[in-house]
Amino acid sequence: MKKLSNVILCFSVVLISSSVVAKDSVNSSGREITQVTSQGDSVPPYAVSEQLVVKGEELYKRRCGGCHSLDNNRIGPRHRDVYGRKAGTVADYKYSKALRNLDVIWTDQTLDEWLVNPTAFAKGTSMGFRLKKADERHAIIEYLKFLSSASSANAQ
Amino acid sequence: MSNNSMILSSRRAFLGATGKTLSATALAMVVGSNIKTAAAADASQDIEILNAAIALEHEGIAAYQIAATSGLLDPAVVDIGVTFQGHHKGHRDVLVKAVETLGGKPAEEKSLGAYAADLKASSLKNQVDVLRLALDLERGAANAYLGLIPSLGPDYHQVAAQMAGDEAFHAAILANALGQPIPKAALMFG
Repeated sequence: MKKLSNVILCFSVVLISSSVVAKDSVNSSGREITQVTSQGDSVPPYAVSEQLVVKGEELYKRRCGGCHSLDNNRIGPRHRDVYGRKAGTVADYKYSKALRNLDVIWTDQTLDEWLVNPTAFAKGTSMGFRLKKADERHAIIEYLKFLSSASSANAQ
Repeated sequence: MSNNSMILSSRRAFLGATGKTLSATALAMVVGSNIKTAAAADASQDIEILNAAIALEHEGIAAYQIAATSGLLDPAVVDIGVTFQGHHKGHRDVLVKAVETLGGKPAEEKSLGAYAADLKASSLKNQVDVLRLALDLERGAANAYLGLIPSLGPDYHQVAAQMAGDEAFHAAILANALGQPIPKAALMFG
C-alpha cells in the first residue's frame, strides 16, 4: 500500500509538472480529490481520486485477481493500460469471438456496463463474472484509469 | 337456409378452423425454433464461461505443482498443498464433463513453465511468499465462482457454488497458516 502511495505521489508530481492544470479540492463526500483538466476523459492524463485508487487496488486483487494480472495474460487478458484501450486488442491473448468483434473503447461507462453484466454487454464472452456493487466497480475502474495515466506519464 | 349457403358456411368454418390450426402450428414452429436458438445460444455461452473456469482450475493445479516442487515448503505444507491440488483436479474433471456434455471442447492446459511465468513464480523466495500467492489465487477463485453464477445457466449454479465453497475453504486454511485475523464482517466473498 505504501508503494502505491509513493507511485501516486510521483504520478501527481508528473501531472502537476506537465502542461495540464491540476488543483486539489474536496468532493461532496468529503474526500480529497485531484482534479486534472485535460482534453476530457478520452485522453490521458485522466482525473483520478487517490483514495479510490488505493481502495481500487485492494479490490482489484480480491475481485479480479483470480483470473487477471496487470502484466501477464492469465485466464483473462492483462489489465495494465486497459483504460482507454480498444476492447479485444491485447497481444498474445486468445479472445472469444464476442470480444474480438466488440467495437468498444474501455472508459468509465463501458467498463462499468461490462462489469455489471459482461454477457449482456458482449454475448458469448468467456467472462461471466459480474460485480454488483457500484462503489466497488467505481473504485476498480479508478485504479485501472490511474494505471493508464501513470503509463502515459512515464512514456512522455 | 339454402343448400348453397350451407356449403359456404361449412367452407368458412372449415377454412377458419384450418387457419387456426395453421396459425397454431406456425406459431409452435416459430416458438420452437426460437427456443432451440435460445437454448443453443445459452449452451454456447455456458461453454465459454465453463471453459474459463477450466482454465482457472488448470492454473490452480499448476500453481500447487510449482509450489510442491519449489523446495520452499515444509513437508507438512506440501501434503496440504497436494490435497488442495486434488480438489482442483476434481473441479477440472467436473467442468470438463460439463463442457463435453454441452457439445464443447474443453480448454487445454498450458505448459508448467508458462504458468510459472504468468504467476511470477521466480519471485517466490520462501514459504510465506508461496502461501500468500496461494491465498490470493484461492480467494480470487472463490470470488470468481460466486461472481459468475448469475451468468451461468441454472443447471450449473449448484456446481459453481460448490466450487466456490471449496476455494473459500482453501483460502481460510491458508489465511490461518499465514496468521491473518478472522474477518469481522460477514459476507467475506462475492
